[in-house]
Amino acid sequence: MKIKVLYFARIKEAVNYSTEEVDLPNDIVTITALKNWLALRGETWANLFSGKQVVRAAINHTLVDDLAAIQANDEVAFFPPVTGG
Amino acid sequence: MTVFVQTDDFDVGVQLNQLRLANPNTGALVSFVGQVRDINDGDVINTLTLEHYPGMTETALQAIEAEAKSRWDIMDSLIIHRVGTLEPLDQIVLVAVVSAHRGEAFKSCEFIMDYLKTQAPFWKKEATTQGERWVEAKLSDDLALKQWQK
Repeated sequence: MKIKVLYFARIKEAVNYSTEEVDLPNDIVTITALKNWLALRGETWANLFSGKQVVRAAINHTLVDDLAAIQANDEVAFFPPVTGG
Repeated sequence: MTVFVQTDDFDVGVQLNQLRLANPNTGALVSFVGQVRDINDGDVINTLTLEHYPGMTETALQAIEAEAKSRWDIMDSLIIHRVGTLEPLDQIVLVAVVSAHRGEAFKSCEFIMDYLKTQAPFWKKEATTQGERWVEAKLSDDLALKQWQK
């Protein structure tokens, strides 16, 4: 299924872009699975997504935990813990 | 219940008066203003740049206001949060709440700030005399949030 993935702050800087469309394999249906799949892209991605750093996720503008399910056409965002205010 | 995410500065006096005068049934207004400090973790701050997630930011702030309204008897609230590059002494955020009596306004204003700190998608990057760095999330902010969890 196709989804849109957005990156913010230090994660955006590390991967060097802010948004991409990805076509996921059929077995990637949760945030955890998506993180593990992205971690296979190389060293930069493994450092970000293999669990060494805290990476928060949102689906369609709502904060979710890593067990959340992804559906076709979702907008998934990855970012570090927030620091506003 | 109003939310603004903007690069422009704001006039606290004007904003608070508008909120107060629009709600004649209220007897209490409590507000919080956050500003850019000149020193953080021992280094002089030249600028502070705030990145956010357009769309989600507004949704998250509105959800925080709605949660505050569900917990306390408040009449109205206002959140203004700036984004972009700021300098020391610049205002970052204004949260204001009006209610019939002070207790509800004090509690809900603190609640909104504690939730904003940990749930709204903003990220700060400091330019210091030592170079640029992302601000790390603080454990104390997570602990502040815990006191409100049911």
